[in-house]
Formats: sequence, C-alpha cells, structure tokens
Amino acid sequence: MVELMNKTNKQETANIKTPSQIVGESTKSVERNSVFNTKNFNLWYGDHHALKDINLDIRENEVTAIIGPSGCGKSTYIKALNRMVELVPIVKTNGEINYRGRNILEASYEVEELRTRVGMVFQKPNPFPKSIYDNIAYGPRIHGIKNKKVLDEIVEKSLRGAAIWDEVKDRLNQNAYGLSGGQQQRICIARCLAIEPDVILMDEPTSALDPISTLKVEELVQELKDNYSIIIVTHNMQQAARISDKTAFFLNGEVVEFDHTDKIFSTPKDQRTEDYISGRFG
Amino acid sequence: MKYIDDTVVMKRMKSRLKYNSIWKMIFLIATTLALLTLVILLVRIVTQGSGYLNWDFFNNFGSRFPEKAGIKAALIGSVLLMLIIAPVSMILGVGTAIYLEEYAKKNKFTSFIQMNISNLAGVPSIVFGLLGLTIFVRMLVLGKSLLAAGFTMSLLILPVIIVASQEAIRAVPKEQREASYGMGATKWQTITRVVLPAAIPGILTGSILALSRAVGETAPLVVLGIPVILQFLPDGLLSQFTTLPLQIYDWAKRPQEAFQYVASAGIIVLMILLVIMNSIAIFIRNKFQKRY
Ligand SMILES: Nc1ncnc2c1ncn2[C@@H]1O[C@H](COP(=O)(O)OP(=O)(O)OP(=O)(O)O)[C@@H](O)[C@H]1O
Ligand SMILES: [Mg+2]
Repeated sequence: MVELMNKTNKQETANIKTPSQIVGESTKSVERNSVFNTKNFNLWYGDHHALKDINLDIRENEVTAIIGPSGCGKSTYIKALNRMVELVPIVKTNGEINYRGRNILEASYEVEELRTRVGMVFQKPNPFPKSIYDNIAYGPRIHGIKNKKVLDEIVEKSLRGAAIWDEVKDRLNQNAYGLSGGQQQRICIARCLAIEPDVILMDEPTSALDPISTLKVEELVQELKDNYSIIIVTHNMQQAARISDKTAFFLNGEVVEFDHTDKIFSTPKDQRTEDYISGRFG
Repeated sequence: MKYIDDTVVMKRMKSRLKYNSIWKMIFLIATTLALLTLVILLVRIVTQGSGYLNWDFFNNFGSRFPEKAGIKAALIGSVLLMLIIAPVSMILGVGTAIYLEEYAKKNKFTSFIQMNISNLAGVPSIVFGLLGLTIFVRMLVLGKSLLAAGFTMSLLILPVIIVASQEAIRAVPKEQREASYGMGATKWQTITRVVLPAAIPGILTGSILALSRAVGETAPLVVLGIPVILQFLPDGLLSQFTTLPLQIYDWAKRPQEAFQYVASAGIIVLMILLVIMNSIAIFIRNKFQKRY
C-alpha cells in the first residue's frame, strides 16, 4: 500500500523537481540553521490539553509540512508559533518555543515584533475590503513606511513574488474582493511577503481553492523556500509529499513522527504514521 | 419501507395550501392597516398645516396670535441641541463600545456592565429627565440651559448608541482582525485601520437613528423645565432655549382652533427634519457598506 502511494507521488511530481530529492541532497551537505526550536511545549484550551510535550526543530529555507487528522492540533501549533493562539482568552501554555534562539513565550517578547518576522497565511483567503494596492501596502504602512515610491516598489515586488503581478497589475485600485478565491489567496500571500518576513506559516492555504489555483500556490511555495522558511499545514497527503522537505505527523496533540518527507512517506518508523498516510484511519 | 405515503400527502395538500393563503391574508391586512393609519395622519397634518408654512412661519417667534406664531426659536433650538448631543453621545458611546468589544476582558464584571447598558436602553425617558434635573441642572448648576439638556439627551440615547456600535464592531469578521494582527499590527492600528472602517456605516446608522429619537423627545425636557415658548435665540451654551416638539406641544394644547393648524405646520417641519436625518442614515449605510 505504501509502495503504491509512493509510486503515484513520484509520477505526479515527475515534472516538478521532487523536494524529497532535494532533501536527499541537502541532508548530505550542511545542516541548516534552526528557526523554530520547540521544546516540551504544552498548550491547554481551558481544561482541554490540546498540545502535549511537543518537541520539533524546524530548519530555515525548508518547507515543513504538518499533517494529521482533524482536531489533532495542527492549527493550534502553528498559531502558537506567532502567538496568534493567544487571541483565545482561555489558552494556557508552558515549555519553550525558541525562534532564532530566543523564547517567544517570555513575557518580554513583543508579539508585534514576532509577527513582523513570522507572517501567516490563513485557510480562508481573508483580504481586507480595500483595493489590491492597499491590501499589500497594509503591512509596510503599519510599520511606518509612508513614501509612495517605496510603497509602489514593495507592492510590485510582493505581487511578483506571489506570482500574481501579471493578473492584477492593471487593476491595483480595484477592491480585492473582486478577485477569484485563488487570486485572493495569492494576494494574501503577497500581503504576507510585503512585511518581508523570515518565516511564513500557512494553515491549509489551498483547502478553499480549485486544483489549478492549488497548483499555482504549490509552485509558489517551492519558489519561496529559497528565501523563506515555510511551515504548512495540510490535509492533502499528496501535497505534503509534493512540496515539503520535512513532515511532522500530529496525532491527538502529540508529534508522532518528524522526519524527512521521503522517509515519512516511504519508511515511516511508527505504525500510526503508516496507517494514517496509507489512509487506514483519520 | 417508505415513511411518506403519497396518498396521505396529496389528501393534506389542499388544506395546507389553504392555511398558507389565510396567513398571507392576515399579514397583508396588518400591513395595510398600519399604512392606512399613517397615510390618514399624514394627509390630515399636511392639509391642516400647509397653509401656515410660509417664510413668516420660519422667521417669527412664538406669539399669542396664530397668524403671527412662528417656529424660529424652536427650530434653531432643536438644531443647536442636536449639535451638542451628536458629538457628546457619539464620542462616549463609540468609545465605550470599542472598550467593551476590543479591550475589556470577558468576565463577570463586564457582562454585568453589558447587561446594565442593555437595560438602560429600556428605561423610560422621563427617568433620564429626572437624572438630568438632579445632576446637570441642580448639582452642576447648569440651569435650564442648552448644555444641561444636551447632556441629559446624550445620556438618554447613549445606551442605544453603545449597543448599535457594539453590534457593528462585532460584525467585523474575526478573520479580518487576524489578518491585521498576523502582520504585526498593534491593537490600536487594527482598530483604526480595519475594525472602525468596516464598522462605521453601522455605527453611524445607529447613531443617527438614536439622534432622531432625541430630536423628537419631549418628556425629559419638560422635567428639566425647558420653556415651551421663547422670544429670543439662544446666545451661548448656557442660554435658555426651546425645541420643536415642545413648541408643537404648546400650540396643540391651546384652546383656539387656529393653533391646531399652526401645530400641524410645526409637525411638518419636525417630520421633514427627521426624514432628512433618516435619509442620511440610509445613504451612509448604502454608500459605505462593505461586503465580505
Ligand atoms: N478556540 C478554541 N477553544 C477551545 N478548544 C479549541 C479551540 N480551538 C481548537 N480547540 C480544540 O483543540 C484541538 C485542536 O484543534 P485544532 O484547530 O488545532 O485542530 P486541527 O488539527 O487544526 O484540525 P483541522 O484539521 O480540523 O483544522 C481540538 O480538539 C479543538 O476542539
Ligand atoms: Mg486547522
């Protein structure tokens, strides 16, 4: 069964450079720097222990996929990485999440600072009901950039970075809500790029998109990883196999297995991982 | 096995359709009755009052003679009163709404405050008049002035503005705030750049409707002891004044028949003022409404 899955993966990704191959190369070469090092991290929603003793070391310029059945804590985990989870008042945490060596859970760490370095793309496209231009310029503006020329350049660079410049360059002043769902999602990615983050968190960014838009976003992720570290939650196993270098399998709030994507999909160490990726439960 | 028996369904179809049309008739009659009353009222007022609507009517002060009675002091008094109520009630109301929705922790204390605000919206206006009389007229020694009445009326409509603003703020999708916070925006930046622009139409609509309630209100002013007739224009915040509803009330209770017509003319003016305010509210809602 697992072998079969792998075959289809290989076939599907034959024309894109398979990330697992790239990882295969890179493992032999230098170990990359750590961006997010999570140590013994726990999180509760009131009495509900949603994340249990998480230990994960996420490296830079890689795509890290987080997979697992619904309700296992994937969204909770990536929202913990930019402390968005704190918007839920009943949340309590302990342990450590070190971002580039500094524990973001320390009271002295300003969330605003963290979130300008760690951008986020959400499951449902959520552009502001403003023009495309104002959407992209939102981030730079809140960080104090007022110069029109600089803003123009950032907007163009970000839209190009999100592979949507050609589609929208003639209607930057139109409302972003006039775009299709897939375009809106790429606008949101561009908006995230405009704050020039270090890490991009993506929570099921393609779950509301059609196959073609999905493909575009996936290709985009591939391009972006040269300059950014990307952590992506996905329900789609093929997607994880196609685009990620490493994969973490979550189950009931625990990390069952975390390894190079090709290893996870070919020779998982844990029986539960094998069961999940072969579709036997979840 | 089938649970739904076709023959039974067909047998009951006729009576179901009949009930359907009976209820439709009942609702139609209710609407017609309401509209009819309104039309009769309007027609009566317009036919009675329109004869008195001329330049002199707008330019004269109150008088013992119906032909000489005018609405100048009352109209200007009402407008000035509104100019006090609008900023006072909106700054306090929107501020409170922002605090409760965006900053306050959700605990027993805030839900207690919340409950009281909703209850205050239902307190009879005359009670607010008594409050204003005690606090503004007597304790703060503002007298029967524009300022005292403006503060009293602001308090009266404050709960309505708070609740309307809270609803408008709450209607801004959570995803919009997340997008803003996710880029490192502070709470204040998120409120001014995302929440308020989206909530402003709702806030303004609610506030203008509340304001028009204040413009038509008499009871609290009667309690404050605001004069019903005045021969001069207010010359400052602490000056005496009168308003349209008070003036109309005074004319309507006079024995001479001609004053009934003068009162009707006053009502027309008041109604035009209210229609203008409501149209502004509708215009703002349609113009700035954001769809997600
Ligand atoms: N705001 C909240 N309040 C209370 N419990 C929550 C909240 N958000 C999530 N949970 C609980 O925490 C657990 C993990 O939720 P989470 O949203 O992280 O799952 P997920 O893995 O992202 O699922 P999905 O794949 O369906 O998105 C679930 O049991 C959920 O019920
Ligand atoms: Mg989720």
